[in-house]
Amino acid sequence: MAEFLKDPLTKVLFIDLNKLSYHIEERPELFEDYLGGTGVGIQLLSEYCPAGADPLGPENPIIFAVGPLVGHYPLASKTAALFKSPHTGNLGESHAGGRSAVALRMAGYGAVVIRGRSKLPVYLVITSDGVVFRDASAFWGMRSSSSVGSVLRMREEGSGLRSIMRIGRAGECQVSYANVTTETYRHFGRLGLGAVFGSKNLKALVVSGKHSLPVADKRAFRRIYDEIFREVTQTELMKKYHELGTAMNVNPLNQIGGLPTRNLTSGRFEGAEQISGERLREDYLGRRVACAHCPAACIHLAALRIPYPHDPYFYKTLMLGYDHELIYSMGSMLGIDDVPGMLQVIDEAELQGLDVMSTGVILAWATEALQRKLISTKETDGISLQWGQASGYISAIKRIVSQPTEFYRHLARGVDQAASVYGGEEFALSFGGNEMPGYHTGPGAHLGYLSGSRHSHLDSAGYSLDQKSLKNDQPLTAEGLAENLLNEESRISVRPWRRSGENIPRRISKESGRRSCMRNMPLSAGKVLIWKVSAFQAGFWKHPPQQE
Amino acid sequence: MVKRLSVIDVDLCVGCQACMFACVRRLGKGGLDGTCIHIQSAGGISKGFQVIVCRACDNAPCARVCPTEALVFREGGGVKFSAELCIGCENCIEACPFGAVFWDQEHQKPQICVYCGYCADYCPYDVIALEEIEAVNCG
Repeated sequence: MAEFLKDPLTKVLFIDLNKLSYHIEERPELFEDYLGGTGVGIQLLSEYCPAGADPLGPENPIIFAVGPLVGHYPLASKTAALFKSPHTGNLGESHAGGRSAVALRMAGYGAVVIRGRSKLPVYLVITSDGVVFRDASAFWGMRSSSSVGSVLRMREEGSGLRSIMRIGRAGECQVSYANVTTETYRHFGRLGLGAVFGSKNLKALVVSGKHSLPVADKRAFRRIYDEIFREVTQTELMKKYHELGTAMNVNPLNQIGGLPTRNLTSGRFEGAEQISGERLREDYLGRRVACAHCPAACIHLAALRIPYPHDPYFYKTLMLGYDHELIYSMGSMLGIDDVPGMLQVIDEAELQGLDVMSTGVILAWATEALQRKLISTKETDGISLQWGQASGYISAIKRIVSQPTEFYRHLARGVDQAASVYGGEEFALSFGGNEMPGYHTGPGAHLGYLSGSRHSHLDSAGYSLDQKSLKNDQPLTAEGLAENLLNEESRISVRPWRRSGENIPRRISKESGRRSCMRNMPLSAGKVLIWKVSAFQAGFWKHPPQQE
Repeated sequence: MVKRLSVIDVDLCVGCQACMFACVRRLGKGGLDGTCIHIQSAGGISKGFQVIVCRACDNAPCARVCPTEALVFREGGGVKFSAELCIGCENCIEACPFGAVFWDQEHQKPQICVYCGYCADYCPYDVIALEEIEAVNCG
């Protein structure tokens, strides 16, 4: 224990945007009670997000947290962001890689808590020396979030050792599913962290540092490192992510009828082969890149060469990230089977700083609503939305941000909001306010989206349970399914680390007075339940508790 | 013949920085302070990466500007560093055109590759390798 305490993962950086000031607190117990950024982040959220907080008000904190493995071991490259979601009104939890986690740890911080609202647009430079507040007025309103990245890259120090997290216009305009982009190709994508940045007049964070980390047992450290490194570089374990990437899911999902197509009017897409991982690799894969300290290198960039219509001797070559969720939401879901079209729709969403998954589902709903005449081109500002027609979708994405009509103002709040105004709720594909992911594999997937604490496919991996049961021809019982989903979610979400015989759920449950409700449940399920109860009490849950 | 770390093909680099962490781990630490190899994007990740490491020059500029002989030429190319002779003047950092002389913040001394090849063992894509220095032969 004493050796562990040498680890500098103790500092929480508090930033107050009202006063443009900061201070650092030593919270060693926080990082000992919770192994990993998610637990630390949720604890900080429960401390600093007041009940009934307006997600777009200065009282909603933005919390970034990393865990003890970051900077020591390979693959530990994700930062957890916790906030109250402006999209669902519930728990906002989003994870991103890039260099974000290593940069935070190397700057000397385990977590950052950002509160308040700046009067002027600002960006923050975070290093081990503290925080510098810089005027971002000149960046506010820039058309492309990637241009902001390249300007900051020139202006600030720390190339190779830094993370540049920034929002696009979507975040500035507080579209409720605006994202935060880091290192161009990674995102805090879901649940609207970008809108929370925008509400605080916060354009970007530049985080950098270069610490070394003490190790208690050097020999054991190297041995464990080598074991992990061998597993991830020389076995099948990460091969899928390294070779085709998650885009390899497109064909198999399509074969089992699990690829949501044209607003889920079908689970099979006749154009799936054209936009599959295999086809993208063959015709478009231009580069593979990695997050800091992750040799798996799962980021796949397509090189797209586009001619300019006005001059046959002008071309531009775009390098665009793709993976399964993007291919689903901007490909099959919109009936687009031509790769250049699909990539250009993705590019527009990226430039604006929108969550591509939510955007695709919302556009798919709008297309069906237009077909069913719930809306007309009057609402869409003259834009014709038709399956497979990329140009209409690109125009619509621009309007979700610029919001020229009432209709787009509703689209900018999510598919539930739009359907509550224009009808078509029966084909508005969301769970708990969050648009569906790209797996329509069976009851495991859908139950998981519904019950997961952030309504994500990553809460409980129900899609994987479905596919295993299909493969083994063993249908899951209702009880078996529920138990599996609960166990998976509790396994991957909050992990209290037992210390001196005490554990976190018991302590939290005492505080919340709900101890009895977990008495006869396995600890893991109890944990999830307790967190949900506390989340409800903290005002995250907008629905009555009996739905839980 | 003496060896140096060669960049075999920078276009194979994915930017995982496993080499940088390896260089620090060689000394029994985690993190990045003290690494003698640096990976950064070539102007944004879409453009790929640059590997910055000592290329073991003949008549190395860093050793030529060292006022205390803390840095001396290694026979066959490259340099040898004696920390106890170093006064921390940073001339060597200025002199290296690659930026491959790094700064050890803990000890306030330069840090230069010792040509051990430990980092290359952790490059999964054969971007770098420890190789014998070839004499340039112009025919």
